[in-house]
Amino acid sequence: MIGLPLVYLIAGAMFAAFAGLSLGDRANRKRFGNAAFWGLVAVSFLLGDHLGDLGNGLLVLALALLAGTAQLGVGAPATTSPGERQDLARRLGLRLFLPALVIPVVTLVGTFVLKAATLHGQPLVEAKNATLIALALAAILAALLAQMMFRQPPVAALQEGRRLMDLVGWAALLPQMLAALGAVFAAAGVGKTIGDLAVAWTPVDSRFAVVAAYCLGMAGFTVLMGNAFAAFPVMTAGIALPLVIGRFGGDPPWSAPSACCRASAARC
Amino acid sequence: MLTLLGVAVIVLGFALRFNPLLVVVAAALTAGLAAGLSPVEVIEAFGKAFNTNRYVTIAWLVLPAVGVLERCGLQERARLTIQALKGASAGRILLAYLLLRQLTAALGLTSVAGQAQTVRPLIAPMAEAAAETAGPVTDADRERIRAMSAATDNVGLFFGEDIFMAIGSILLIVGFLDQSGITVEPLHLSVWAIPTAIAAFIVHGARLLLFDRRLAPTTEARP
Repeated sequence: MIGLPLVYLIAGAMFAAFAGLSLGDRANRKRFGNAAFWGLVAVSFLLGDHLGDLGNGLLVLALALLAGTAQLGVGAPATTSPGERQDLARRLGLRLFLPALVIPVVTLVGTFVLKAATLHGQPLVEAKNATLIALALAAILAALLAQMMFRQPPVAALQEGRRLMDLVGWAALLPQMLAALGAVFAAAGVGKTIGDLAVAWTPVDSRFAVVAAYCLGMAGFTVLMGNAFAAFPVMTAGIALPLVIGRFGGDPPWSAPSACCRASAARC
Repeated sequence: MLTLLGVAVIVLGFALRFNPLLVVVAAALTAGLAAGLSPVEVIEAFGKAFNTNRYVTIAWLVLPAVGVLERCGLQERARLTIQALKGASAGRILLAYLLLRQLTAALGLTSVAGQAQTVRPLIAPMAEAAAETAGPVTDADRERIRAMSAATDNVGLFFGEDIFMAIGSILLIVGFLDQSGITVEPLHLSVWAIPTAIAAFIVHGARLLLFDRRLAPTTEARP
C-alpha cells in the first residue's frame, strides 16, 4: 500500500537536489549554508524515521542555528529575463495555464481515483493520505508536462524550484516547527496552566464573559501558535468543558467548533 | 506557572524580530525546562513532533512545476489575461478566489490551491494586474496586494475546511470531546461550521471590497 513514506521519499529527493545544486552555485556567497540547510531537510524526509527522537531533535537544532545565524543566502540560477518572459507569455498564450491547472485537477481527480483504486483486492493507497499522494503525483506531472510542452532544459525544473525555495528560505519550515512546538507545549502542561488562569480570571457567573473568554482565548492562542490545533484542547479543557458546557449547558456540537472559535490548521 | 515563560519567549521573540526558527526552539526549551523536563527530553520531544509533522512541508513539492512555468512567463500571462477583462479589480478577483477556496476546502480539497500552488503563480499577479488597469500602482501597494492575496487564501482555507467532516481539525474535536465523555457526530460539527464560514466570507469579502477603495485614491492621485 502506498502511503506517506513514498511522498516523503520524493520530497527528500527534491530537497537533496536543491542541496546539491546549491553546493555547485559559486555565485551564492553562502552556498555552503544553503546546501547544509536543504541537505538536513532532505535527511529529515529520507531518514527521519530511523534517526530516533534525539537525532531528529538535534537535526532541528542544527536547522534553527543555520537559519538563526544567517547562513542562508539566495541562489540565483540562470533564468529568463523579464523581457523574455513577456515575449514567451505572448507567444505561448493560454497554453501556459494548462500545466498550472494540471496541479489542482490531478490532485482533485487523483484523490477520488486513488481512494477507490485497489490492487489484488488491497487498497492501493492509504485513504487518509490520498490527497497528499495525489498532490505529489500532480506536482511531478505538471513539472514534466511544462518541460516537454515548452521545451525547457531537463535541469530547469529543479533549478527553478531551487530559485523559488531560496526565496522562501527558512520560512518554509516555520509551520512544521510551530506544529512541533505545540506538541512540546502540551507535554510541558502550558495548556493546563493557561486554562487554570483563564478560569481564575473569568467572572464565572456571567454567560457572556465565559463565552467571550473561550472565543478570545481561542483566537489569541491560535494567533500565537500559527494554528488552532494546540489552542483547541487547551481552551476547551480550561473553559468550555467546565463552564460553557458544564455550567451553562452549551450544546457541544454548536459550542465546540463554532461561535468565533475553530480548530482548523492554517498551514501558511 | 513557570511554563508560561515559553509563551512569553514566543511573544517577545517574534516582537523583537529574532529569527522565528530560533525563537520556536528557544520557546520549546524554556517551556520544557520550566516544566521540569531535562534538556535531552525536551529535544527528544521536539524532534519526535517535528518528524511526525513532516506532511506540513509537503506542499513545496509543487515548486519545480511552478518555477518552470514562471520561467516561461506564467505570471506575465496571468497579467495579460486579466488586463483583457473589463471590470476586474484586485478586490473582486480576490473575492472570487475566496469563494472558490472556501468551497473547495469545504469539499475536503485543501491541497488543490494554496500559497505555492495558486497564490504566487496566478492569483497575486492577477490581482496586481487588475489594480494596474486603474492606474499605476506604488511599490507599497504592490506589496499590500500580494499580502492580501496570501491572506485571502488563508481565510478561505481556515473557514472552509471544517465543513468537510473528515478533516484533521474535526477529528481532533471529536477525539478530544470523546475523551472528555462527550460524544458528538462529525456531521453535526460540520453543519455548525457553516454559519462561521458564511460570516467569514462576509467579513473578509467586505474587507476586499474596501481594499479596492483604499487602493483607488493612491493610484488615481498619481500623474
